Amino acid sequence: MLKWFASAAFALALGSAAMAEDLKMAVTTSFHNSGLAEVLLPEIKKDTGIDLQLLVVGTGQALRLGEAGDVDAILVHAKAAEEKFVAAGHGTHRTEIMYNDFVIIGPKADPASISGAGSAAAALQMIEGAEAPFVSRGDDSGTHKKELSLWKGAGVTPEGAWYKAVGAGMGSALNTASGMNAYILSDRASWLNFGNKGDLALLYAGDPVLFNQYAYIPVNPEKHAHVKSDLAMQLEAWLVSDRAKELIDGYRLSAEQLFTYNAKSE
Amino acid sequence: MSELFPLTVQGAKVQRRGKVLLGPVDLTLEGQGVTVVIGPNGAGKTSLLKMLHGIVRLSAGKVTWACGQTEAQRRQGFVFQAPVMLRRTVLENLTYPLQLANMAKPEAMARAKDWTQRIGLGDAQTRQATVLSGGERQKLALARALIRDPDVLFLDEPCASLDGRAMREIEEILQAAAKSGTRIIMSTHDMGQARRLATEVIFILRGKVHEFAQAGAFFNSAQTVQAREFLNGDIVE
Amino acid sequence: MSELWEGLTQAFWLVVTLDADLVGITLRSLRVTLTALILASAIALPLAAFLAVRRFRMRRLTIAVLNALMGLPPVVVGLIVYVFLSRAGPLGVLGLLFTPTAMVIAQVIIIVPLIASVAHQSLRELWAEYHDLLISMNTTQTQRIATLLWDGRRALLTAALAGFGRGIGEVGAIMIVGGNIDQVTRVLTTAIALETGKGNFALALGLGFVLIALAVAVNLAIHWLSRTETEGRW
Repeated sequence: MLKWFASAAFALALGSAAMAEDLKMAVTTSFHNSGLAEVLLPEIKKDTGIDLQLLVVGTGQALRLGEAGDVDAILVHAKAAEEKFVAAGHGTHRTEIMYNDFVIIGPKADPASISGAGSAAAALQMIEGAEAPFVSRGDDSGTHKKELSLWKGAGVTPEGAWYKAVGAGMGSALNTASGMNAYILSDRASWLNFGNKGDLALLYAGDPVLFNQYAYIPVNPEKHAHVKSDLAMQLEAWLVSDRAKELIDGYRLSAEQLFTYNAKSE
Repeated sequence: MSELFPLTVQGAKVQRRGKVLLGPVDLTLEGQGVTVVIGPNGAGKTSLLKMLHGIVRLSAGKVTWACGQTEAQRRQGFVFQAPVMLRRTVLENLTYPLQLANMAKPEAMARAKDWTQRIGLGDAQTRQATVLSGGERQKLALARALIRDPDVLFLDEPCASLDGRAMREIEEILQAAAKSGTRIIMSTHDMGQARRLATEVIFILRGKVHEFAQAGAFFNSAQTVQAREFLNGDIVE
Repeated sequence: MSELWEGLTQAFWLVVTLDADLVGITLRSLRVTLTALILASAIALPLAAFLAVRRFRMRRLTIAVLNALMGLPPVVVGLIVYVFLSRAGPLGVLGLLFTPTAMVIAQVIIIVPLIASVAHQSLRELWAEYHDLLISMNTTQTQRIATLLWDGRRALLTAALAGFGRGIGEVGAIMIVGGNIDQVTRVLTTAIALETGKGNFALALGLGFVLIALAVAVNLAIHWLSRTETEGRW
């Protein structure tokens, strides 16, 4: 019995050692929920030999991970915060890769009648006017930051019993909205991939202000000597390549194009 | 090997939670024979044996072996009134004390097997000790104490609640051990057993040694009134 | 109700088709938790025996602390381990964050107090039973501890099982320190959290059933092992 345990322990210890060329990248939940990663990862592995390991977190945490040097690169969507990150020297530079868009989800009955709204700002004003329940991520993620900037743009301070900050990821927040029949701001991919729609429907989309730019930032090796800077550069070269463009633009979810490739090398 | 005896007890006292269980006791035991401790329930028989064995803390006085405490400890065995069975097989209960003494496994095994035969548990070698009957447990505990060939063996009421047959078997083992030179110090409440085994008697009353005499002298003409009353079967307080 | 049924059927198909992802995730769960269990037992069981046989001044305090630690929220353990293992933290140079090793460390910290506490309860009783005999036999401290560990092994197995149960079902801490990376640190519980987040309740339930089945199977297997061992000797 003891012998068995000992040999098992040994085997387990060995198993967790040996790892190849792996690169850790922090990405946002919205990117991961899109399913695009599952298309890109095997191709990246094939073309560059890199085992890309994704840490799926909110933008806030992704930036913190990069700051601490716990990941080698980040792929997020919160422009102001990203620029601050690079300016502070945590990242070497910022490369825009692609964008997708946010949509406003709500109960099919649409009590605030936002489906006919002329702009995203107008839609939000209607929700506030009707005091219809609205679920906010409230987790300092890119989506949360986007939502706050939209409220600000609409000249509305979201507070009151109708505004519910859940402090959770996109999926959990959608689950909550579904349970409460509330409005919510979501990225399109998370919404399409979401399996518990219940009585919810996509009510508003299309305002350019809802576009969501993703950018890639390698963590600065001058701050953290251990980061795999070479691999991170190799990955960037792949992300701005025609191969990536083809895959990203070609990706379909429920027959809809989610991402638009717009990389320009800086 | 130096001599264990005489064993000298001087002003020894055992207390628990402020209550005196035993003592002060002054006593000198020599290195021969079977000493039987008798006395009414609660008089302190168990405490006396445990004190001599050195497993209770003295609150006063001292117990001195001629060869010194450390060596004396190695050369003693103790059989408790309610024998403690290790949660192992009969054989493993017997090899346990030998393993503690770093005896090689084959030799320990051979000795243990031999002892199971001597105590009539030859067929029960691989049984769990915890499922044995009262008499079997007592015999196993006795064998486990004797297997290291102790120079002194303490027994606390070894035959309490045993049937006649088990008692006879145990007494035979004890007599054989005594014959081969093991010093035996035991307590009993069975006067018949005391008469059969004792070469000297300690009569203990209310925590004090009331009378200490050769067995023949004690049983024929006890010196104190209480000892005579006790031998007569009267209630002694 | 339909979700429960869907979950069951999905779990059934995942298992019978030996879905590659499921097998990988399950093996990873087992690997992490069993490694943690072995390490935790190696620490907790001797500690429990030591606390049973040895009277020392800080003993009661140590036991009280152990009992308190038993209720330690895993998320907090995860957070503390995270802070230590982060590149910015004191153990950052080891580069262990977001690896299975980090998950093992967190689980060890979570289950050691539990195993030690449960083991101590039963070893204390065993020691009360053995006390006079072992003192009389003039045993050393180490011999006493070894005897208690060996003779109490069935009760200790139960303690270890309790630890296994807590480890394999734990999600808060390993999510934080492991990062739930596909193929690397994704285990059953974190996969369930992920699928729930996507609203895939059926798949999440399916994984949940696999987790339950796994816990039950390991419990049965260990009980069966210990049974055959003792029966073989009778």
